[in-house]
Amino acid sequence: MDWGAFKISILLSSCTVALLAVLALMIARFLAWRHFWGKSVVEAMVALPLVLPPTVLGYFFLRFLGRQSELGKLYEQIFSQPLVFSFSGLVLVSVIYSLPFATQPMLRAFEAIPVSVREAAWCCGLTPWQTFWKIELPLAKRGILSGLVLSFAHTMGEFGVVLMVGGNIPDETQTMAIAIFDKVQSFDESAAETMSLFMLMFALCLMGLVNFLVQKRPQ
Amino acid sequence: MKGLSVLVRQTTPIPLKAEFICNVGELLAIVGPSGSGKSTLLRCIAGLYTPEKGSIYFNNQPWLETENKINRRVQQRNIGFVFQDYALFEHKTVLENIQLATKGTDKKQCVKSLLQQVNLEGLEARYPSQLSGGQKQRVAIARALAGNPSILLLDEPFSSVDAVTRRKLRLEMLSLVKQLNIPIILVTHDLNEASFLADSMVVLHKGETLQQGIPEQVLRHPKNSMVARLVDVRNLMTAEVLQVEKKHVIVNWQGNLLELVKTKRMNQGDVIHWCIRPMDILLHSRLRPSKGERENAVSVRIQALFSIGGLVTIVLELINAQNILLQIDLSQHVVERNRLQVGETLSVSLVKKAIHTMYQ
Repeated sequence: MDWGAFKISILLSSCTVALLAVLALMIARFLAWRHFWGKSVVEAMVALPLVLPPTVLGYFFLRFLGRQSELGKLYEQIFSQPLVFSFSGLVLVSVIYSLPFATQPMLRAFEAIPVSVREAAWCCGLTPWQTFWKIELPLAKRGILSGLVLSFAHTMGEFGVVLMVGGNIPDETQTMAIAIFDKVQSFDESAAETMSLFMLMFALCLMGLVNFLVQKRPQ
Repeated sequence: MKGLSVLVRQTTPIPLKAEFICNVGELLAIVGPSGSGKSTLLRCIAGLYTPEKGSIYFNNQPWLETENKINRRVQQRNIGFVFQDYALFEHKTVLENIQLATKGTDKKQCVKSLLQQVNLEGLEARYPSQLSGGQKQRVAIARALAGNPSILLLDEPFSSVDAVTRRKLRLEMLSLVKQLNIPIILVTHDLNEASFLADSMVVLHKGETLQQGIPEQVLRHPKNSMVARLVDVRNLMTAEVLQVEKKHVIVNWQGNLLELVKTKRMNQGDVIHWCIRPMDILLHSRLRPSKGERENAVSVRIQALFSIGGLVTIVLELINAQNILLQIDLSQHVVERNRLQVGETLSVSLVKKAIHTMYQ
């Protein structure tokens, strides 16, 4: 069992979820309440990673944020390290790749809140910010939590995009999925099996948690 | 002026051309068919929707003046709003729902007294999902009143409950609103509800206010045939003015000559509308002809009889124009005593004073 790879996976998933908790929440709420020209295009772009092969995303990441790209050079100048083959780059690409997994349940949860409930809160004297904290957030709680758990689980299992953007650097970018692949390549079947079984149990627990959160319990 | 005055104009997306006032302590009902803009108008007053043009004043204070770009936010207007679906906060208890809207220091005492007022004592700890439709409605009313609102807006508050609960809630509402000294606006498409609860009524059609007045006056004396149709006047007819006298006119109605009270505008040759309430049509006894027989007597045949709760509605067709139908309401015992049956020929009087005339 490669605990170093597990630690990287957990760290990567946690950072991704922390960033998505803000980003996906903002996007989901914006898309749920606002009607604007080109909304369907924005929705399609957010959902794109669901259908896009991870390698395609990885390719574009390398193309536009790689060491030869202008953005990549700028990043390297500011932070004195490249974005590709680094943990930071991995977090960035994971956020993009897991965005629909976090956004979709949150979006559905916000859409399920009737407009009249928000308006009732305003009529009660609550400001839009108070309405968000006291009414919208608790009512969308299940969708928000399941979105975050789903994106955590999804990041834990990422392979293609991680390999392309992060490579396979132990204790830096080597996640559990990469480590299992590595063990299989080096014919260490026993380690691969242990790690695969561990990941299976972990994924089962996470999905159980998602189901528990999504299930509406009587008050 | 003390109270609320509303004037809104808009062409799209929802046409609005409304103007009305609601005094302090008055319950004003806005009635009209579905899609006539009733709820939009209510949302304009609340500040939840801004019309293209308009002005809304409460106690002479501007809430909306589009010309001067004044538009007070909904939170600044201090509105009590009961939504059609109640819009209760499902994650909060009854107590929390009401407490959220309560202002001032002694919130608990305020909530307690409100719960008492709406007969909800003992249900404080329940969640909305554990309440019946009637209880939810009471919570919505308590919450709307919790902030001591300047005005109370009710958007079809009885539409989601059964008929029995509705009748009970209407009675409760009537006693509750009498205690409030604020303008109350009720949106409804139920004319009976409006007549029962309201002090004043506004008829709205395609966003335009057609008539405002006390319910009895609007229902008995609609301003024109459109209002008459909207308030479901049952015997609405058309006639041509044949002769104009000093105090009355003679009109031709489907070959029958009727004498009607003269109004200022009537001229010979005018096509007018007239209506008479079903309870105002006099049935002539076949055994003892009444005096009324001489007043606008018309021969009719019974086409159908419908009995609901001791009241019988009889559909009558004119002998000389069978496609013209009159409706008359009689009590069950009158129908039985006169042995009225389908196909029977009768004579009725359309009493002059009971006929209301109007133009297009």
